Amino acid sequence: MNKRFDMMLPRRRTIIGGVALAAAGAAAPARAQLTIDMTKPSFEPVPIAIVDFAGDKVGADIAGVIRNDLQSSGLFRTIPPSAFIQRDINPNAPPRFADWRGIGAAGVVVGQVTQAGGNIKVDFRLWDVVVGNQAAGLSFNSQPANWRRLAHIIADAIYKRVTGEEGYFDTRVAYVSETGPLNQRVKRIAIMDQDGANNRYLTDGRTIAITPRFSPTLQEIVYMAYGEDRSTPPRVYLQNVESNRRELLGNFPGMSFAPRFSPDGTKVAMSLAQDGRTNIYEMDVRGRGLRRLTNTSAIDTSPSYSNDGTQIVFNSDRGGTQQLYIMSASGGAEKRISFGDGRYATPVWSPRGDYIAFTKITGGSFGIGVMRIDGSGERLLANGFLVEGPTWAPNGRVLMYFRQQPNSGGRAGSVTLSAVDITGRFERQVPTQTDASDPAWSPLIPQ
Amino acid sequence: MRIIKAVAAIAALIFMAACSEQVPVAPAGAAVTPGSVADFRQNVGDRVYFDTDMSNIREDGRATLGKQAEWLKKYTNYAITIEGHCDERGTREYNLALGERRANAVRQYLVAQGIPAARIKTISYGKERPEVVGSDEAAWARNRVGVTTLQ
Repeated sequence: MNKRFDMMLPRRRTIIGGVALAAAGAAAPARAQLTIDMTKPSFEPVPIAIVDFAGDKVGADIAGVIRNDLQSSGLFRTIPPSAFIQRDINPNAPPRFADWRGIGAAGVVVGQVTQAGGNIKVDFRLWDVVVGNQAAGLSFNSQPANWRRLAHIIADAIYKRVTGEEGYFDTRVAYVSETGPLNQRVKRIAIMDQDGANNRYLTDGRTIAITPRFSPTLQEIVYMAYGEDRSTPPRVYLQNVESNRRELLGNFPGMSFAPRFSPDGTKVAMSLAQDGRTNIYEMDVRGRGLRRLTNTSAIDTSPSYSNDGTQIVFNSDRGGTQQLYIMSASGGAEKRISFGDGRYATPVWSPRGDYIAFTKITGGSFGIGVMRIDGSGERLLANGFLVEGPTWAPNGRVLMYFRQQPNSGGRAGSVTLSAVDITGRFERQVPTQTDASDPAWSPLIPQ
Repeated sequence: MRIIKAVAAIAALIFMAACSEQVPVAPAGAAVTPGSVADFRQNVGDRVYFDTDMSNIREDGRATLGKQAEWLKKYTNYAITIEGHCDERGTREYNLALGERRANAVRQYLVAQGIPAARIKTISYGKERPEVVGSDEAAWARNRVGVTTLQ
């Protein structure tokens, strides 16, 4: 068994590449309690044990990242290692299933780290304790510095095996880091892993920079920033995430803002304001050609492309209050889709194409909600004094947004990132180093 | 007892009234040079306020902008930038547009009063730069503002 596995290794070409591990036990498909249907109205989180990976001291760190990822999804309950009965587990052989059933685990994850010529090789196996067989197994080879990514990729594989949905742990979040008093707030674009690790800043904070949005390849972000000089209107910039090289996306006489990439990354939709009117335009990223998509004397903003790129949902107050509208991605065929009480804003099309997430303002409170693309089936998932700006996880099953507490005593209320699954059952705070707003969730990082 | 209280109250009123008449209050503009930015801020008023989610110039704003136009016609050496601001009770991107709409409403009013359009720029800060840090109606009312700045 191990020999067969070893022979598979040279076939890997990429730095981080997953290779299926041959089952160490019976090969029958597993079912029962190691699966979860997250769309059901009620479910119990899957109890899962993640054993510190053997072979290297980074193995415990890898297991810790996997535990944190799975626990944060709300779909898993990770069993603390102190409760484990079997301590002599062999990462290449079936565990003693009775020992793991004894502590209520439905699944157990084991793995090992081995040094491989300057790289590390990380294997893992997910054992279905209920059925008594191997449910998943993969091997990866990478530079040692990538150990966190390997852990996220393994967590994604476990998530997928148990839920049937793609994972979202090997992703990044761009957001606005906020520091200082409100009337001279420093707002910088920052980027981090979805679990808060590897935080770094993409702008220097000399001018306000807000509304970051990822390109589909994660290579670039678009955002709006003010100029050093007050007579220059705020404008949209395109910035490479690795080199930090940035360029202006169009030099317009008025403010340009609310940028967002098309799903194929070739275009950016954005708002241009002129003489009190705000309309939506589309810019070709390579040729910089500009096309006008709406023509109104009202405010049309926050455009978001459909997952197939053929339509755009946007926010307009053309009817008197802010509502959501859909139009063709080439302009025209505009149709209002929001009809509930209150104001609707910041629509974002799900990457799966099934829902549109939005911010809703009703009376004195804000909510984060979803509706189907025809506007039906509206549900609010989170609410508060101020919650705003949803962004989708790449699997379309979790939303991140920001939550601001009221200011009091001349001091700014805290601003933090939160995430909630689309059933609205499980809301959690996302850790950030500073106050944080306006998250943008990346697609899965290309492997 | 009651009489004594009433007498004391009346005496207090008289005393206060006397004070306000006898002690000269320095005029607000005494220390500022006519035609300076400080003069504009203190003696004319550099800001107008808006109702929630609105950008029309209110009655009180018209009076202020009328005075601004008079002053700006007299002192033509300044370039003008109108800042538009919003309270925190709206979404970020929409408020950027609303702030631009407010700044533009101020600009159009001044242009109608005879200030050359080429002299006036606008910039929106949306809800990014509130002047008053607070989460009640009093703070929000002061943060829904158009500020006429001079360069």
